[in-house]
Amino acid sequence: MSKIKLAEHVIETVQAICAQYNNEEGELINVLHGTQSKLGYLPAEVQELIAKELDMSVAKVYGVVTFYSFFTMTPMGKHPISICTGTACYVRGAEQVLEEFKRQLKLEVGKTTDDGKFSISCLRCVGACGLAPVVMVGEKVYGRVSPQQVRKIISEYQDGCPSHAE
Amino acid sequence: MADYKMHMLVCGGTGCRASESKKIRQNLDASIQANGLEDSVQVVETGCFGFCEKGPVVKILPDNTFYVQVRPEDADQIVAEHIVKGRQVKHLLYEDPTKQEVIADSKDMGFYKKQVRIALRNCGFIDPENIDEYISRDGYAALATCLGDMTPEQVIDTMKESGLRGRGGGGFPTGLKWQFTRNSVSEQKYVVCNADEGDPGAFMDRSILEGDPHSVLEAMAICGYAIGADTGLIYIRAEYPLAIDRLKVAIKQAREIGLLGNDIMGTGFNFDVELRYGAGAFVCGEETALIHSMEGLRGEPTFKPPFPAVEGYLKKPTNVNNVETLANVPVIINKGAEWFASIGTDKSKGTKVFALAGKINNVGLIEVPMGTTLREVIFDIGGGIKDGKKFKAVQTGGPSGGCLTEEHLDTPIDFDNLLSVGSMMGSGGMIVMDEDDCMVSVAKFYLEFTLDESCGKCTPCRIGNKRLYEILDKITQGKGTKEDLDRLRMLGNVIKDTSLCGLGQTSPNPILSTLDNFYDEYLAHVEDGRCPAGQCKALLQYKIIDDKCTGCTLCFRQCPVAAISGERKSPHFIDQSLCIKCGVCYEKCKFDAIEIV
Ligand SMILES: Cc1cc2nc3c(=O)[nH]c(=O)nc-3n(C[C@H](O)[C@H](O)[C@H](O)COP(=O)(O)O)c2cc1C
Ligand code: FES
Repeated sequence: MSKIKLAEHVIETVQAICAQYNNEEGELINVLHGTQSKLGYLPAEVQELIAKELDMSVAKVYGVVTFYSFFTMTPMGKHPISICTGTACYVRGAEQVLEEFKRQLKLEVGKTTDDGKFSISCLRCVGACGLAPVVMVGEKVYGRVSPQQVRKIISEYQDGCPSHAE
Repeated sequence: MADYKMHMLVCGGTGCRASESKKIRQNLDASIQANGLEDSVQVVETGCFGFCEKGPVVKILPDNTFYVQVRPEDADQIVAEHIVKGRQVKHLLYEDPTKQEVIADSKDMGFYKKQVRIALRNCGFIDPENIDEYISRDGYAALATCLGDMTPEQVIDTMKESGLRGRGGGGFPTGLKWQFTRNSVSEQKYVVCNADEGDPGAFMDRSILEGDPHSVLEAMAICGYAIGADTGLIYIRAEYPLAIDRLKVAIKQAREIGLLGNDIMGTGFNFDVELRYGAGAFVCGEETALIHSMEGLRGEPTFKPPFPAVEGYLKKPTNVNNVETLANVPVIINKGAEWFASIGTDKSKGTKVFALAGKINNVGLIEVPMGTTLREVIFDIGGGIKDGKKFKAVQTGGPSGGCLTEEHLDTPIDFDNLLSVGSMMGSGGMIVMDEDDCMVSVAKFYLEFTLDESCGKCTPCRIGNKRLYEILDKITQGKGTKEDLDRLRMLGNVIKDTSLCGLGQTSPNPILSTLDNFYDEYLAHVEDGRCPAGQCKALLQYKIIDDKCTGCTLCFRQCPVAAISGERKSPHFIDQSLCIKCGVCYEKCKFDAIEIV
């Protein structure tokens, strides 16, 4: 097992979350939710720490993390792009939209661009089926997206766009 | 409530929120204040109206005027015209696409006419974040009746007599389930609400929780009283942030006025509700998997028996019910079992909520009495097929269900009828497909989903579905054979017979039903190397018809991979080795000069 080499404040954050759930093994999923919402993802070192705090095996923690698609072990891009591939979006052409995003960003699903800016993931039904096909970038929802609009959506988040300058 | 003369209801469901309904509400509020009308007009953010296709929706009471596709900048006009001058804003009214007439009153809209709203009774009427509005519509009256005037046995008998069956997919009689859990002897029991809603493209449960969270809390307390439990748990998907927020508000408000907690209404009955979060695993909707997930484990199902009613959460007797099932409970207590049993068909009572989506004009959330036909749902309520295309199939039951065709359209919808024609009720997803949809690809889509979601515990589901998927993929690539079709059928039946849980036992259904109903389409793929719907990319080519091409260069400029070449004013040419078959040229060409072969 690798040595835990996390920044001090990360360790404290995780320990605080575990303590909030009384370091109980049965609260593992809540602990993971809490940790991921703070850190953005669940790298191996964090899982080791959680296992230690809840007094359970790392294998068990890893087993749970990898079972649920909501948990991720890789950091997402600054602008995470989620394409809805629920049935309603699928029959209205979500697949072509997904292909276009992959092509434009030269990126596979579940991966992040080298500059850390974009990542692509799929999700199932965001509940806006009336707007199918639906794409989310961060919290923003784009409805009735066609492959031709993909380039424009991405460009909204590229550098140099005044409306998204930091 | 204060005596407002008018109410402006703004949809605050997930769909309409995505189109800025929050901003609309703010603008309406501002406009009302600017006109000094805040004492006579109230702006309320409600749950889903159901008519998601034309969202965001704003409805004005008491005259029932229904404005569609409202934009934030329309707020001033609505207030200035409708509220101040009493004139409807014509361009925001709904126009019936088939009859091309403008309809102002929602009661006259085809979409609402055939609906009967029981589970959705409050969605789109009340502010879900205000418990007083729920109470003013008979909220918590059913709980008071149960605690005050009925014994637990009487409550269970009422549920049995009503004929209510589980809306989560199984259709198990709710009263009987409550009876089983009551009969299990234990000091600690649990009521669990299944809000995992995994069927992709379905949003019934989410809409109920967003629009009327108290109805579910009230029903859980009633169930707790009936079975002898003091703790309720709602297992909800973490992907439903709005529903989670509204539930949290509702639980807090109910606790504050003593409708949850200790000694409810001074009767000595204790009941409280907590939330548990799912983490994106379809199989966790299955009740044994759900229970393991709540215990912090991997959400793998286990063999039944023992049923949760005997041994569930933390090994204690647990009653698991779906959100929509629960939403029906308070009304049944209030209006009586007989009333409920008078709605629906012989063996399926009451109504069912469906999330209508796909190639249909009115995408949305609907509730119809059991026994309504598919045709009425798709053509009368759904407004028919989009863009005047031809109806091809309707899929019910999500990844566990099947695809039905034209010939099934007059089937009255209920649990048993849908099973007998090779599909199932499922939780309420209803996806409509038109002539452009390839049924082999649709079957493949569902299987890809199952493959992703299979927990891997049992072999038939883990490996069998993978093989099914490979065969389907081969067929869509044009490499399938006729023997493959027999193999699909045989393997599919083996998986159904031998899988551990409901996931594997139903996963081949989309394939088996499309094989039954669209065999010719499969044959065209394997025998002629042709996809009749023109969807399987490997089987089609885009070609330019020389005679029709004017050399306008539009396709040349639009092609994302520069596969098109040619001089201005002379026919262009598509290089098949470069073409990615995106179809842009086909869509853009103004002269119909591109054909799919
Ligand atoms: C693979 C699978 C997924 C399921 N998903 C759900 C679901 O998302 N929501 C739900 O309420 N029931 C779901 N069920 C059904 C539950 O196991 C259970 O029958 C139901 O929650 C019982 O409640 P009811 O009797 O009120 O329908 C699923 C079943 C299976 C086999
Ligand atoms: S299927 Fe995409 S929003 Fe529902």
